[in-house]
Amino acid sequence: MNSDALIVGGGLMGSSIALQLAMRGCKCTVVEKASPGRHSSGVSAGGLRLLNRDPAEIPLSVEASKMWRDIASLVDSDCDARFPGQIRVAENKADMEKLEKRAALVRSLGYGHEEIIDRKELYQLVPALAPHCVGALINRTDGYARPYHALTAFRRKAESLGVEYHSSTEVFNFEKQGNDWQVRTSKRTFSSSVLVNCAGAWANKLSTLLNEPVPLTAKALALMVTERLPHFVDPVMGAASRKLSFKQMQNGTLIIGGALQAKLDFEREKTELDWTQLAKSAETVVSFFPQLKDVRVVRAWAGIESFMPDNIPVISQSQTDSNAYHAFGFSAHGFQLSPVIGKVMSQLILDGCSEIPLDAFHINRFNQ
Amino acid sequence: MFKQLDVDQIDSVQIILDGQPLQVSKGITVAAAVLSNNYRYTRTSPVSNSKRAPFCMMGVCYDCLMVIDGKANQRACATYVQNGMQIDRQQSVGPELGANQ
Amino acid sequence: MKNHYQLLVIGGGPAGLAAATVASAEGISCAVLDEQATPGGQIYRAIESIPEQRGKQLGSEYLRGKTIASEFRASDAEFYAETKVWSLNSEREVGVIRSNEADIISADQIIVASGAMERPIPFPGWTLPGVMQAGAGQILFKSAGIVPDNGVVLAGSGPLLLLLAWQYLHAGVEVKALLDVTPLSNHITALPKFPRALLAHQYLIKGIGYQIELKRAGIPMLFGVSDLRAEGEELCQRVCFKHSGKQKTIESELLLTHFGVIPHIWLTQSAGCKHQWDESQQCWRPEHDEWGNTDLPGILVAGDGAGINGARSAEHAGRLAGLEALFALGAISREERDRKAVKDRKWVRDERHIRPFLEKYYQIPKDMLATSDDKTIVCRCEEITAGEVRQAVREGHDNTNQVKFFTRCGMGPCQGRQCSNAVAHIVADEGGMPVEKMGHYRGRPPVTPLTLEQLAGLNKEDVL
Repeated sequence: MNSDALIVGGGLMGSSIALQLAMRGCKCTVVEKASPGRHSSGVSAGGLRLLNRDPAEIPLSVEASKMWRDIASLVDSDCDARFPGQIRVAENKADMEKLEKRAALVRSLGYGHEEIIDRKELYQLVPALAPHCVGALINRTDGYARPYHALTAFRRKAESLGVEYHSSTEVFNFEKQGNDWQVRTSKRTFSSSVLVNCAGAWANKLSTLLNEPVPLTAKALALMVTERLPHFVDPVMGAASRKLSFKQMQNGTLIIGGALQAKLDFEREKTELDWTQLAKSAETVVSFFPQLKDVRVVRAWAGIESFMPDNIPVISQSQTDSNAYHAFGFSAHGFQLSPVIGKVMSQLILDGCSEIPLDAFHINRFNQ
Repeated sequence: MFKQLDVDQIDSVQIILDGQPLQVSKGITVAAAVLSNNYRYTRTSPVSNSKRAPFCMMGVCYDCLMVIDGKANQRACATYVQNGMQIDRQQSVGPELGANQ
Repeated sequence: MKNHYQLLVIGGGPAGLAAATVASAEGISCAVLDEQATPGGQIYRAIESIPEQRGKQLGSEYLRGKTIASEFRASDAEFYAETKVWSLNSEREVGVIRSNEADIISADQIIVASGAMERPIPFPGWTLPGVMQAGAGQILFKSAGIVPDNGVVLAGSGPLLLLLAWQYLHAGVEVKALLDVTPLSNHITALPKFPRALLAHQYLIKGIGYQIELKRAGIPMLFGVSDLRAEGEELCQRVCFKHSGKQKTIESELLLTHFGVIPHIWLTQSAGCKHQWDESQQCWRPEHDEWGNTDLPGILVAGDGAGINGARSAEHAGRLAGLEALFALGAISREERDRKAVKDRKWVRDERHIRPFLEKYYQIPKDMLATSDDKTIVCRCEEITAGEVRQAVREGHDNTNQVKFFTRCGMGPCQGRQCSNAVAHIVADEGGMPVEKMGHYRGRPPVTPLTLEQLAGLNKEDVL
């Protein structure tokens, strides 16, 4: 059985690419070594953040932001997406200067989505915030969605267009026979014209097989969630100079994150929480919202994610074979980008170039 | 629904349950105190607002959540009564968290 | 409380107390942590302070706990009451909450004696106030002398139902009926296991004795009951069921149910210990050897938390784990361990005699394990029904954890303690797979919730 494209990794990126290729008539197969969304797609905090993106990512993120607004037209589900905005709070003058600089940078690139708001507007937007803050940077169109629901929606839509998913199917190796890839997996051998590497934290294994290893590191980032609370905050909250990232979901629970690293045994795919990290995060949350001190954390977890040294992803054609492609290394902020990655990758694969330039994400940036 | 045997032989403490002062046995849990005083439920659920009462009495089911001394989501079965303790049946997710300004 | 012990025992029931008693005799530093105010666990709850009369009503098996508790009190082991354990990891770090403050302490050896919990079986109306687990009724009785005052219906399957009915009878409580949902076919399927059970005839005699007394007292005992449900406007008002082909109703504001017990594995799960499906006991339990060693070095299990064998076995298994911990600590030699373990090893073996029969006899039918009624809530916290779980499976979420991600089943405050087995069974049933292939919800600490303030308090080097 021959597919046009074989996508390795059944998470959001793989599913989004499969969906877009299928929409353009390609026959796609997705192989997933565990179950779809087992790692970063399933354990993501679900933030839809355009605010504070790396300048290289802004064009992609702007387009993704538009796509999320109307995500149901793409995947027949709103993925529980909400858009209450996201803010980065300044606690002092130095913070405020930092945020103003950032806003100026974004403006200089020709974008207007990051705005400075003053203290008064900040407290109108977040009356529950501790009184010491002085202002904030805001993107009013940001928000969040439910990651596993989004993944399910992408996957089901892709399946409805004929994409085949194979779970518990681990890629061992692959080789070219004629024009086609022969991909040997734990289940069987698949053959395909195009190979797409969306293997997340495991992507370096595939890029190494393509003779272009990358300095990818797998890390485990922790999140914690509280019991349901009365509604008390709308925007997704971040801070200018402290590790703060939290949001109150529709059901009232708070999801608290902020690059909290957990211990990882990558070989055994085992993570273990580092409570001192979570303690620091809890302390930060309580210092911004003292009324949350008696709120209980009911669940904490860590997911395995791929990080690149420059914290931006690899989105590129392979240097060693023109029928192999990469989309990985999203460095814990890929969720928002997922719809646009499908779009630009399908263009890259089918048209040879994408409507949004991808030069900054080429795998060749790691060449010696 | 429940009654306490040998009540006269036991020391008591006073709790305030939904605003009403109540004499209950010393050393028992809040859930035991509530059930033996003919309060048939302890909270309403946050999803459907249906009435709920202690179910397992051993800290496993989290169905006996109450507001104790102003703090929401306390397991009544794992909290021992204290003199003067304020206990309220929890409505859904509990009292508002309030602003700081 | 010190920040490091040679041995930490989690749980102050028979297994934990026996383990600590035997281990502390060799001069090691040892502490027992328990959520309750006094030692005894759920089975011997309030054993130290029980009034004489109530002790008699509870029976001789309960009063055995007095010896275990007093021997423990006489030992050098420390006891930390009202101490909640919220985490355990593979490095033997134990998160505790005491006097409203969280801390992390560590130990060279850890014995998890977390005991059992009632097997949650969702059935129509089980979330109504007035429907409780039989164990809850027993805890109220033991710990506070609190009993039903308007009568009670007991329903389900397992020896605890008989015991509780007997205890209530002796306390003057009106037992309106005892509804046994054990399928009558179990009487036949359990038969091959019966001869071995005769080796533990003392339990059989006790069970028969209870039945005779209950019958004599005129308590209606109905066997082969099915389609159990509780009904009422917001609160339980009546118990409905099918018996001998007929629909029946009993007016009652209180229904206590029991469907056997299962190990409380949330701590060993979150520590990352390997667990296995025990087909005979219809539950997951941590894998362990005869000493209680799990696959994680220095983490042992003992008592019902390791697999259901009852209170007496727990005591012996606790001692075995205590001896093994001493051996691992270098406090006793292998020979000493083996010599001191002879009696307990024999006891544990002998105590097993009755189990295969009981397990087969009281096997819960599949339609109850897998909640055949689609409208029944399986996740009490998030109020997800069996039908919603089945729908999720049909939509391609074909393992327990995917169903959890998708439906939020098991994501509420109880962290899936009440729904994990039911969801695994439903997913298995719907997907045509064996339940052991479904897996258990992944352990997500904290095992018991802790507040942001308590959590922040762990960050000690950071002076505010």
